[in-house]
Amino acid sequence: MAGRTVYDKIWDAHAVAERDDGLTILYIDRHLLHEVTSPQAFEGLALAGRHPWRRDANLATPDHNVPTTNRAAGIDGIDDPVARTQVVTLDENCKRFAIEQFEMTDVRQGIVHVIGPEQGATLPGMTIVCGDSHTSTHGAFAALAHGIGTSEVEHVLATQCLVQRKSRNMRIVADGDLGAGVGAKDLILAIIGAIGTAGATGHAVEYAGSAVRALSMEARMTLCNMSVEAGGRAGLVAVDDTTIDYVHGRPFAPVGALWDRAEEYWRGLKSDDDASFDREVHLDASQIVPQVTWGTSPELVLGIDETVPAPEAFDDPAKRELCERALDYMDLVPGTAMTDVAVDRVFIGSCTNGRIEDFRAAAAVLDGRKVADSVTQALAVPGSGLVKQQAEAEGLDAIFKAAGFEWRDPGCSMCLAMNEDRLYPRERSAATSNRNFEGRQGYLGRTHLVSPAMAAAAAVAGHFADVREF
Amino acid sequence: MDPFVSHTGVVVPLDRANVDTDQIIPKQFLKSIRRTGFGDNLFDAWRYLDEGDIGMNANERRINHDFVLNAPRFADGSILLARDNFGCGSSREHAVWALAEYGFRCVIAPSFADIFFTNALKNGLLLVVLAESQIDAVFSAVATTVGFSLTVDLRAQRIDGDAFHATFDIEPERKRLLLEGMDDIGLTMRHADAIRAFETAHRERQPWVFREGG
Ligand code: SF4
Repeated sequence: MAGRTVYDKIWDAHAVAERDDGLTILYIDRHLLHEVTSPQAFEGLALAGRHPWRRDANLATPDHNVPTTNRAAGIDGIDDPVARTQVVTLDENCKRFAIEQFEMTDVRQGIVHVIGPEQGATLPGMTIVCGDSHTSTHGAFAALAHGIGTSEVEHVLATQCLVQRKSRNMRIVADGDLGAGVGAKDLILAIIGAIGTAGATGHAVEYAGSAVRALSMEARMTLCNMSVEAGGRAGLVAVDDTTIDYVHGRPFAPVGALWDRAEEYWRGLKSDDDASFDREVHLDASQIVPQVTWGTSPELVLGIDETVPAPEAFDDPAKRELCERALDYMDLVPGTAMTDVAVDRVFIGSCTNGRIEDFRAAAAVLDGRKVADSVTQALAVPGSGLVKQQAEAEGLDAIFKAAGFEWRDPGCSMCLAMNEDRLYPRERSAATSNRNFEGRQGYLGRTHLVSPAMAAAAAVAGHFADVREF
Repeated sequence: MDPFVSHTGVVVPLDRANVDTDQIIPKQFLKSIRRTGFGDNLFDAWRYLDEGDIGMNANERRINHDFVLNAPRFADGSILLARDNFGCGSSREHAVWALAEYGFRCVIAPSFADIFFTNALKNGLLLVVLAESQIDAVFSAVATTVGFSLTVDLRAQRIDGDAFHATFDIEPERKRLLLEGMDDIGLTMRHADAIRAFETAHRERQPWVFREGG
């Protein structure tokens, strides 16, 4: 038998049946739910008189809509009546269908893609889905994880399965050591810059190479998180000691003899030496400098030492047009050094960079420094209540506050600005989130994606700055 | 789901690549717990000159007359013509609901993002992939002919219009789903015995995946 990739192995272990048409019924181990993409699915389920197939596969939490201040007030703290209804609806649906939920005031509440791994609800080898495209995050654990739409949420609730066509295999190999001040966020932005936002469409992407092996679990989550920005539905990293050590002792993880059995199985979750990939991309990690996006698509990204490109720099007419449109929307002039671009607001958080290591990295830059006066607001939003608690136990909150950051309660916050945390028209942000689309962080807002350390550096300097010089 | 068999309609040209779901339906409209009510807010930030919010009356808003959807000649358009990687970004099915409720039955582009593709199928919105050169030909036809329309025949997998003819590929199962407007969940439920049998064996092999008796 030909060698198999990690993706092939997980796929094979979950294929229930192949239909006559060649599509596969794939069993789903874990289903994460949040308030925005689930209400219509629950409604559909109820209308058809159906029930969740397996209650214990599901875990829910509100994250997109929740305010990041005054959490103790719970649902009453949500001023927007429409948003409140959505969170209340999740509560009601979870009660009605007996699905476990970390409610707003639960310390375990947080962004779905932060709490899954944190709780050990994300385990190696699992198939994991959620009505959210950044479900790819969980692939860091060698789980097959991807986002689904609301109809599929309903489908998984009702049948515990998805009907899927297998993706092709792609491997992105990053060898060499990332330099000081350069992290997983820079690596994934550089990858997206190299292959484009549709570069991995139709593929499950495995990240490999010495640079990836050297990353912590949290950094691997950052990497896999943005697979979807490269067009891939799923990203994966093979299991190694780093994976096993992270999972051990988590609340939902197995214990005792079951742990031993699980560990033995998990350790086999790596691609065979003779496995073949439909596409391979190689990168020298040592050449990557801190990245910052300049346009309205994550592929429009530069090294911090570079200047804003001119449309003529692109050969492809479509790219040229994209560049022109982006320059106009972002109000940038070709030739401008990125270090001369001033920022109005800084956002550190999201499922990409809302974990403890992200706050440590930012705090290391902020320690003993102040946010520039020209910066209107700097927000630090932990990805979960437990991340917040841990950061406070380490005294990081004090560093953020002393520097002039607002230290908030967990949620998606300014990543997509469904709550009050947002950019106002024509404001510019340095953000650690994952999308710089037009209006993403607020109507007519201008988003630049960076790492947590780079966001902290921008907050202090008042403009983008090379964190390696801090 | 409404079946899709054949449709004839005016083509609306949206000459941009990487149109993401944040553009198709901005986040503020995602607070709704309903499946309907998104049509007026399709491409909200491009379609209007003021900032939209949930519950606003579309008739009282400032229209962006430069945006293609607002051009009188495209007012009845029901086939959207777009560029590469249409529907990239978030998994929000609201994007498909908005397109469908506005009146689009079909989107034609050189490529689509994965999740959007699946979402469209579940809602009877036909996505047709054509080669770049064919897309270019339709863009020029739309530019030169007012009211340029196409007939999309799913059964024959053909697109025909004035001096434009093309065939397209579609997976047989997707085609069947669309033609019959079938309930996907009902279809999978026919395999309930196989799912149950798999689950029992899976529980033997990987018991740590299960947290309770079921
Ligand atoms: S943090 Fe942003 S990208 Fe992540 S789940 Fe929330 S809204 Fe989506």
